[in-house]
Formats: sequence, C-alpha cells, structure tokens
Amino acid sequence: MLWASESPEQNMRRARHRTEWLLVIGRFAGALVLLTGLLLTVHLCRASSPADNPIPSIFDTHSTPADSIRHLSFFVLVITGLIFLVVFTLLTYVVVKFRSRATDITHEPAQVYGSTQIELAWTVIPILIVVVLFVATARVIHAIQDAPKPAAALEVTAIGHQFWWEFRYPALGIVTANELHIPVSDPAHPTPTFLKLLSADTDHSFWIPQLAGKTDLIPNRVNETWMDPRSTGIYIGQCAQYCGTQHAKMLLRVSVDSPEDFAAWTHAQKQPANQDEKEITGRRVFENTACVNCHGIGGMATTGRFGPDLTHLMSRRTIASGAAENTHDNLRLWIKNPDAIKPGSLMPAMQLGDGDLDALVRYLETLR
Amino acid sequence: MSSDAIAIRTADATSQPWLDTLHGWVTTVDHKRLGILYILFALFFLVIGGIEATVMRIQLMHPHLSFVSPQVFNRMFTMHGTTMIFFVAMPVLFGFANYFVPIMVGARDMAFPRLNAFSFWLTAFGGFLLYFSFLGGFGLYGAGNAPDVGWWAYAPLTARAFSRGHSSDYWTISLLVSGFGSIGTAINLIATILCMRCPGMKLSRMPLFAWMNLVMSGMVLIAITPLSAAQIMLLVDRYLGAHFFDTQAGGSAAIWMHFFWIFGHPEVYILIIPCFAFVSEIVPVFSRKPIFGYPVMVGATVCIAFVSMSVWAHHMFTIGMNSYANSFFAITTLAVGVPTGIKIFNWLGTMWGGKILFKTPMLFCIAFLFQFLIAGLTGVMLGVAPFDWQLSGSYFVVAHFHYVIVGGILFALFGAFYYWYPKITGRMMSESLGKLHFWLFVIGFHLTFDLMHIPGILGMPRRIYTYEPGRGWDLWNFLCTVGTFIQGIAILVFVANLIISYFKGPKAGNDPWDAWTLEWSVSSPPPHYNFATIPTVASRRPLWDRKHPEDPDSRYE
Repeated sequence: MLWASESPEQNMRRARHRTEWLLVIGRFAGALVLLTGLLLTVHLCRASSPADNPIPSIFDTHSTPADSIRHLSFFVLVITGLIFLVVFTLLTYVVVKFRSRATDITHEPAQVYGSTQIELAWTVIPILIVVVLFVATARVIHAIQDAPKPAAALEVTAIGHQFWWEFRYPALGIVTANELHIPVSDPAHPTPTFLKLLSADTDHSFWIPQLAGKTDLIPNRVNETWMDPRSTGIYIGQCAQYCGTQHAKMLLRVSVDSPEDFAAWTHAQKQPANQDEKEITGRRVFENTACVNCHGIGGMATTGRFGPDLTHLMSRRTIASGAAENTHDNLRLWIKNPDAIKPGSLMPAMQLGDGDLDALVRYLETLR
Repeated sequence: MSSDAIAIRTADATSQPWLDTLHGWVTTVDHKRLGILYILFALFFLVIGGIEATVMRIQLMHPHLSFVSPQVFNRMFTMHGTTMIFFVAMPVLFGFANYFVPIMVGARDMAFPRLNAFSFWLTAFGGFLLYFSFLGGFGLYGAGNAPDVGWWAYAPLTARAFSRGHSSDYWTISLLVSGFGSIGTAINLIATILCMRCPGMKLSRMPLFAWMNLVMSGMVLIAITPLSAAQIMLLVDRYLGAHFFDTQAGGSAAIWMHFFWIFGHPEVYILIIPCFAFVSEIVPVFSRKPIFGYPVMVGATVCIAFVSMSVWAHHMFTIGMNSYANSFFAITTLAVGVPTGIKIFNWLGTMWGGKILFKTPMLFCIAFLFQFLIAGLTGVMLGVAPFDWQLSGSYFVVAHFHYVIVGGILFALFGAFYYWYPKITGRMMSESLGKLHFWLFVIGFHLTFDLMHIPGILGMPRRIYTYEPGRGWDLWNFLCTVGTFIQGIAILVFVANLIISYFKGPKAGNDPWDAWTLEWSVSSPPPHYNFATIPTVASRRPLWDRKHPEDPDSRYE
C-alpha cells in the first residue's frame, strides 16, 4: 500500500521517527565516504616512489610552483574544513533537536522573525575569513606569476597542436615532440625551466600536476609558465583544455634529467639525422610520399611542421603523443592505420604496400 | 475568496475530445498551463540528458574502454551540458515561476500572457532544433552530426576550419532562439512582480519566492544578452567571414571566453536563486516558523546578483591573465561566499526552535543545505586562483559544479515538486515512494559526486573519452558509474511517483501543508482566473493572519 489507511498524523509520527535518524546516519555516512576517499588519496600519493611517478597527484609535488600551491591548498582545506565542521554540526543539531515530536503536533512554535545581532555576526565573520583567504591567495599568485627569471634558466617554447606537443629549445637549436626533457634544478643553484606557450590551432592546456599548475596555450597569445623540479624522473600529465576529437590522448611527459643526462641528451639531439645509406629505400618512401608534407627530418629538404619532427624519433619512448609505446609493431601500425591507436588523429593512413611500409619503418628506426 | 470557477472548467475538460484538449494546450496563454508545459518539457529533456550522462559514465567505467567512439563521447558531453543547462534547468525553473509567481503575488495571470506563450515555444523549439542536429547536422565532410565543441564552445573550435558541417550552427542557433525565449519570460516576470501585485502586497511583503524570481529575471536580462551577442558574432564569423573569434585570421579566442563566461557565471546564479526561492518557502512551512531575517535574505540575494556579475573570469584563471586580474577575480569570487553563507545561516535560523516535519519536500531541502554547503566550500577552493591552476579543467571541477547543480539545484527542485505537486494536480504524491526516491538519490548522488573529486586531485582532466590505466583513477571512475545507475533508478521512482500519484493519489484539498502563502488559499488545481476576487494582504504570511486572527504577522512587520 502506498497510502496507508491510518490517519496522516499517526503515519507521520511513525515515519518521522525513522526518517530523522536515517537522515543523520546518511549524512554521517556521506561525510565518512568523503573522508575515506581523501585519506586513500593521500595514501596513494605517498605510495609512489620519487623515481617513477605513475600518479600525477597535485599533492605529491616536486617543484616550487606546485609546492607553494600545495601549501596554500592545505591552508584553504583546513579553513574550509573548519567551516564545514561548524555548519555541519549546527545543521545536525538543529535537525535532531528541533524535530517535531508526537506530543506537540498541534502547537505552533514561537514565531521568531530575525535578530539583527546574530545576522550581523554571521555576516562579519565570513567577511574576515574572506579577507584572510584573499591575502594568502594574492601572495601565492604574486610569488608564482611574477617570479623573476634567473639568467641560468632554460627557455623552451611549447606549441600545442591537435593532438600533440611541439617543443623547441631556441638557445640549443633543438626541436622535439611530446616528451619534454628539462634539467633538475638544485635549490642552491637553481636552473628552472621557463616555458613560452603557444598554439598552432585550438586551445590546449599544459598541465604536469606534480611540477606546476596548468596554463593554457591559446592561438594568437603568448603565455608563460615555469618549473624547477628538484628530483629527477618522469612526470606525466596531459592536455587539460578540450581541443577536439583526440583531446584524451594528447598525453604529455616530462623527463627531469640530471645535469649529465641532460647534457648528453642535448648533445644527441643536436646531431643531424642519421643518413645510413643501407635504409635508402625507406628514406625514398618518406621523401616521395605525403610524409614530407607534415614531418620534418633534420638535414632533409622538408619543410613540414604540421606533424612532429622525426629527426630523433627513436630517442622518444612513445609515439602518437604518448598513446602507444615506441615499438616496431606500434610504429608500423601507426603508419598503416593511425585510427587503430588514436581514432580521429590528424595523421592519415598512408596506404603503403607491405614492402614500402617495412622499408619505411626500418628507415625510421635508424633515426636515433 | 471563493473558487467557483474550478467546477466549470473541470466539467469542460472532461467533455472535450482529445484533439480539442491538445489544441487548448498548444494555443494556451494561461500562465498555469504554460508553467506545466515548461515543466513537462524540462522533464523530457532531463531524461535525455540523463541518458547522455549514463553513456559517458559507462564509457569511463574502465580505462581504454570502447563503448562509444571519441566522436560520440564528445557529442555526448556537449549535448549533456547544453541540454541540462538550457533545456532542463532553465525551463523547469521558469515553469515553477510561471505557475506560482502570479498566484503568490495575487494576480490572475502574467503581465503579458501572449509573450509568455511565445517565450515558451521559442524555448521549446530551441530544444527541438538542438536535437534535430542528430539528423540534420551532417556536413560536407560527414564531419560531426550533433555539436561536439563542449557546452561552452571555446573558439576557435567553432571556427569553420575546425568545425565543419553544421553541428556548431545548430548549437549556436538553438541557444540564440531559446535565449530570446528566456529574455521574454524574464521581462514578463519582472513586469508581473512589479506591476500586478494585489492590494497590500508591498515589495517588503512579497513572498521570498517572488523576490528571488525578480532578482533572477533581472540577471537573465543582463546575462543572456552577451551570450546572444556572442552567438550572433559567431554566426557572422561562420557565414559572412568576419573574424571576431577566427584565430586563423587574427581573431581572439580569449574574447569568446569573456563573452561566454560573463553569461556563464551569472547563469549559475540564475539557476540557483530560484532554488533558494523554493527552499525559502519550504523550510519555514515544515519548521512551522516564518523565514528568519527576511530583509537580510532579500539583501543577500540582491548582493549575490551584483557580485556574481563581476566574477566571470574565475573560469579563466588558467588563460594567462596577469597577477592583478587574477587577484581581482579571486577576491570577488571569495566575496560571493559571504551573502551565500548568510543565506545558509538564515535557513538554519529558520529551523532553529521550530518543529521540523520530515516530509519529503523537507528532506530534499535539508539535503540541499548540506550539499550546497559542500559545493560552496569547494567553490572557495576553486576561487583561490593558484589552487584553481591545479583544479581547473579537472574532474574536481566536474564534481564541484555537479554538487551545485545536482546536489543543490536538483535537490531543491525535487523538494519543489513534492511540495507543489498537490497544488498543481490536486493530488498528493506518495510519501513512501518519495522517501524511497530521496534515499536512493542521496546514496547515488554521494557515491558519484563525492568520489568524483578524487580523480581530479589525482590529475584527471575532464572531457576525455578514455584514460590510461595505472594513474590511480580506475576505482573512483568505476564507483562513480555505479552511483550513476543508482541515481537513474531513483529518477525512475520519481517519474513513477509523478504518474501513479496523478491517478491514485489522495485528494490534496486547498492547503495540505498548512502553509501561509496565497497559492494555498485557492483550490487545487487553482481555478482558471486564480482568484474570484483579488485578495488583500496585510503581511508576508496572509494565510497565517487568517488562521491566527488573534496573533497576526501584520502586528510585527
């Protein structure tokens, strides 16, 4: 029966008693779930070792901008947590204490219309809290955004494309894609990296949660961000501003190298492309098909910039902007049918015969 | 205050053939019928938007799932967002305003009944036009059918170079059309509230429901205008070769963001303020006390409206504004918390010392208070600009605004449905189904949206159709999906309750909740002309005065 035949009052009395306790239990359960979640999150953050960072948590930070955001966020979490506790307790108290009881169902409670003092109090206190929060916020905004660029800083230009990242090191003459290499920054002699952010097509956003907050890459606009990672390792992130069909697989990885490793990497990247005559067939395939329209290879007469530069393709761990490991099979599949790895990517299926395809892959594999 | 007219109308309705009934509904200019049409229209789209959400949640249940293609997923989140904001939330709130504002201020109809009908049909056809894109949106390259540019459609994704075919045109034109409908309704509500109040109903005696809808309507006029302007500019870009937002030709992507969010942020308050109105009517009745601090409630609402016009760029903290602009928008954003906090405290003050009845409408309102508190606090976190540089565009934001829209707006709306359904249909909704709906929805909601904050903290961006395994996101996404299904079941219970109660619910009578505003003085459903004789009021609670002649409110105001 949806509508019991007993009188509404009786029905109400019975239901009310059950409901109010269910309500309280429900609220506590909700709060518990939230708390458990947060604790688990913190646990997960701690679990990752510094050398390998599989979980890009914003609370497991390794660079000054991300650190100061984390400190600020803990401060904000404490304040909002306290507000939550106070109001939650009040709400629970009111709901339990002032529930209508069976005995006084016909009586109306005292009719109170307001109280200037109380209302003034709960206006002034929030204003004070807002002022405190704002001062803390403005300090961190200034510290991160207006940080001076030291002379030792490395400058990199990051250009967002649908759906990959181009990285150019103007001082070093290096062009690479999707995997950014930067030196570790010793707090005593900081060598931070300052990134100039541009876009070739739609909006994108550069986000490595463990190193810095995100900054958008917007066409016709120059943005900046910086980071000074204090420990080496791979840090992951991905495009954080919807940029089209394959926004999801516009992945990003930053390799923070020791000074020696970084020097070795830059040295290798500065070398011209391998001109191994053994793989001339594959090279001819590259030159004679549409490949050259989009991809550049150092030392070859190509002007393509629409796709990633391939001069040192094999120095990268992944292809297709992190969508697949850089293995022989994946490379072959990617050229044959990009949609199999990244449906909607702008790389066309090249429709090559098996012979040409294998020769091309063999040639690309010499580009170390 | 007799209600003889009702008998005549009911007799008429039963004898009409169905075609006449349909004709009557399509050509109606009656504010109550239009209100019901708005609400039914919104419920229809709520189900569609819900299905779109479910498709997304299934796709995200596990990493690297291919339940739908990326193209379809992108259409789903675009359509879900656009539908829920423009064709569910706005129409349903306009529906309640349409139905109850005239009755609450003691008028017989809206100020401009025909404009009212025109506005409704504009909104309705806007919605149908948007969904026609699934059929008509194929372009030259077969690129896209439904819009897939996201509900805020950032430039230059909408430029012809990136959005071929007509899908973006459907998005633009349907929002332009329904936007004009919204402006019409807003003008109508303002005129009704300012000019049609019954004798004795000074502005300071209006129910908060009318006050808050007045503020909301003012905001609609200010906020929808830049959106419409931007849509027209976008159309001119796409078809006449202008370069407002076409970055390939030197246009500005950031200008679109400003235009969109100077609409988009006030829009959040356009949606939440009518929900404040529901809560401000329901909480006093079920606490058996008048609203605590009426003047402060009105002041806080107006204050929210003003401040919310100056916070829009907090959606754009990551676009590289300078540190002064970021600081400015941080302080304005944090400042909104003050009047909002006042409201929460005043509702608490209303319940304090009352005798709280836990009927379904009140349950939803209590849950609203709790969830809106959390939504506000995560909003404070997002208003702290540096924290936002991490959280913006992540699942934390998705969780935050669903806390506002589902935990706040939808919960208040459900409360309004249970509260006013007896007035609209003349029958009570089932309390047992109502409680089942409430608890299922509470569980589903918290499972989905509490946990959704976590992948955001762990670096998961929004609007991705799939994600890499091993990033710590898998479990949370799976649980979110489970919660979605529980919410879906709860919605089915709600719809079943609406339908069953319509036929089988016990008769409600004029005043089932022992309430105090004018709509409860007329029959349920109200007669065609609402009031046989226009009432005269002497206080904010005219029915309290009538029920307690020995101690009327008018003595204290």
